[in-house]
Amino acid sequence: MANISQTNVVVSNNLMARALREAFYAGLVALGLFVLFVGLKTDQNILNELVLVQRWGLLAIFVAIAMVGRFLTVAYIRPWFEARKAAKAAAPTVEREAGFVARNFSLLALIALVIYPPVMVALFGFQGSLKWVDNFGIQILIYVMLAWGLNIVVGLAGLLDLGYVAFYAVGAYSYALLSSYLGLSFWLLLPIAGVLAAAWGTILGFPVLRLKGDYLAIVTLAFGEIIRLVLINWTEVTKGTFGISGIAKASVFGIWSFDVSAANNFAKVFGLPMSSAYYKIFLFYLALALCMLAAFVTIRLRRMPIGRAWEALREDEIACRSLGINTVTTKLTAFATGAMFGGIAGSFFAVRQGFVSPESFVFLESAIILAIVVLGGMGSLVGIAVAATVMIGGTELLREMDFLKQIFGPEFTPELYRMLIFGLAMIVVMVWKPRGFVGSREPTAFLRERKSVSGSFTKEGHG
Amino acid sequence: MALETDTMTKDPILKVEHLSMRFGGLMAINDLSFEAYRGDITALIGPNGAGKTTVFNCVTGFYKPTMGMITMRQKAGKEYLLERMSDYEVNRDAKVARTFQNIRLFSGLTVLENLLVAQHNKLMLASGYTILGLLGFPTYKAAVGESIERAKYWLDKANLTDRADDPAGDLPYGAQRRLEIARAMCTGPEFLCLDEPAAGLNPRESLALNELLRGIRKDTDTSILLIEHDMSVVMEISDHVVVLEYGQKISDGNPDFVKHDPKVIAAYLGVEDVEVEEVIEQIAEITPGDTH
Ligand SMILES: Nc1ncnc2c1ncn2[C@@H]1O[C@H](COP(=O)(O)OP(=O)(O)OP(=O)(O)O)[C@@H](O)[C@H]1O
Ligand SMILES: [Mg+2]
Repeated sequence: MANISQTNVVVSNNLMARALREAFYAGLVALGLFVLFVGLKTDQNILNELVLVQRWGLLAIFVAIAMVGRFLTVAYIRPWFEARKAAKAAAPTVEREAGFVARNFSLLALIALVIYPPVMVALFGFQGSLKWVDNFGIQILIYVMLAWGLNIVVGLAGLLDLGYVAFYAVGAYSYALLSSYLGLSFWLLLPIAGVLAAAWGTILGFPVLRLKGDYLAIVTLAFGEIIRLVLINWTEVTKGTFGISGIAKASVFGIWSFDVSAANNFAKVFGLPMSSAYYKIFLFYLALALCMLAAFVTIRLRRMPIGRAWEALREDEIACRSLGINTVTTKLTAFATGAMFGGIAGSFFAVRQGFVSPESFVFLESAIILAIVVLGGMGSLVGIAVAATVMIGGTELLREMDFLKQIFGPEFTPELYRMLIFGLAMIVVMVWKPRGFVGSREPTAFLRERKSVSGSFTKEGHG
Repeated sequence: MALETDTMTKDPILKVEHLSMRFGGLMAINDLSFEAYRGDITALIGPNGAGKTTVFNCVTGFYKPTMGMITMRQKAGKEYLLERMSDYEVNRDAKVARTFQNIRLFSGLTVLENLLVAQHNKLMLASGYTILGLLGFPTYKAAVGESIERAKYWLDKANLTDRADDPAGDLPYGAQRRLEIARAMCTGPEFLCLDEPAAGLNPRESLALNELLRGIRKDTDTSILLIEHDMSVVMEISDHVVVLEYGQKISDGNPDFVKHDPKVIAAYLGVEDVEVEEVIEQIAEITPGDTH
């Protein structure tokens, strides 16, 4: 007994010593890294001369944070995680009966979404609800659709696509250009944008799908950039960085319009006071309907032979070929289907903004959409929808955090920190749930009972 | 090279002629010719690195041979030159299925799903390349029912019915081997290539495997080409044995003939050709007749 406690003391002494040592090194590294970035700053004085501002106090704070952080990590946080892991491994895994909410999550979420706009109107009035319906509701739904589209490529077929935003751009610009040059209506352009994006997906797919894994990822990334640069530089058609504005609004199947001047304006027809809220609410329900359609198609596709082939491709491409599956066309269909979803989301984005410019289609967008898919759990529609809500809703919420200004001073703009928080949140989620919110996979067919497949058996795919 | 004359009258399903495969400076297969006969279990044996898996990869289209011709003759008489076809066409059109030396299952899909993926081409057609299926056409539903029946049949044969809804990666090793064979059979092959199906199995699993292979032989008209190290398995279930060493055929005939071929004995004991005579004498002294 005494022996054991003695060794424990030795171990903890060792740990403390190591923690202090590592904290010291971390401090050194931080000092080296930040001395030129933080410690010294070039500035202009009133005479427009370049002066060197010394900020040793700030540098000391940075170094102190690094040292304390490293110390806490080594001395406390890491042992705590290890202890927890050991405890988890020791405890037997008990299957918990899912609660009412968990079992009916999709249905409850759908009901909540359907009553969301009226509730917002009731709470904040027509004008006040705009922000909640548009910035939160519609924006999140667009990302849900985008992420569901990418999910087919990455989550089901296991092809890492870093240039997905290209198809979003193709959809948005298809709508913007065809509507402003040819005056085609939204309802016609929605499927056209989807088809055009799918066509681009196929065109890209042909040369690219011979590549695998990292190479595929890099080439798709390049494709995303090419599309964006074409949009910037083909000024005669796309108006370059100015973007295309004044994009026609959608109408309710051509029956009621939302143009203020039109005779069949929705508000006029029903004798309602003028407000832009009707249009936003209409768009919200439209986005919801499109998302439901996308979900329906995805669920059906998973049970089709093509959907199973996608997942089989993710699991083992060589085995697929040994079973007579043409993997090239299978990959192409995954690419095209994903691109089609992206294109539809893009045209919806254009109609919501009334304005598109290449700035909306930077690589960061691809990264965010991919992050949503990974966070949600590759392949899971519900998980991805939750992840989109958390990520997009969360960053939007940061705009609302005005009270933070009182704490950090009036110059503090919380949305500037959104990428920082975004990154931290991702790390936390990935440590806590490495397979995303929903890590298990629902089988597409069963003989006796439907058992979900634990994430430890599914693979991520290698391109 | 000793060829038996009585096998010449049989109907060859697979004919390999002057097959060579070179990897850089290494001649993995050197001018190999052999035939596999319809309805037989043909065993391809040889020491490690002899080139057996390479032969399989050439036959199933995964490697393009440097030289040679591989002809598959289907029951209906249609002939396919396998060396000209890509890997998936070899399965889809020529009806040659295979398993892998290191098991390749879709581990995240359930056992049943594995067997359904194997029926992809048939189901794809029935679903009108997905479009009719998406619209819920009854032809597709009927085809799915049929596929599940077929999967059930093979689940039963492979003794996996109880595990049908479990992920394939969760099965024990022997069951994974059987599932891989069942999955290959679900593609409806005329010719089945098995790469060391008994490797690493315990005696009980080995027995279950032999059962499955015999079932295939008895109840279907699928011919089998089998790579195997375990001599007891080879001698027990195969009708015809081809022995490879350093990419060349050193013996070809029925199991009894091969078992007593001095070249085979030498190859398996790993001696130089010049010492063969010596070894045979030694063996004759120790175990007259049986070499195992
Ligand atoms: N893709 C390849 N590239 C280069 N060399 C290869 C390749 N595949 C096989 N070889 C070489 O060809 C030779 C034959 O290999 P093969 O895998 O066919 O042997 P095997 O008879 O199946 O052996 P084992 O009993 O160990 O499975 C070996 O020397 C191997 O290193
Ligand atoms: Mg081998």
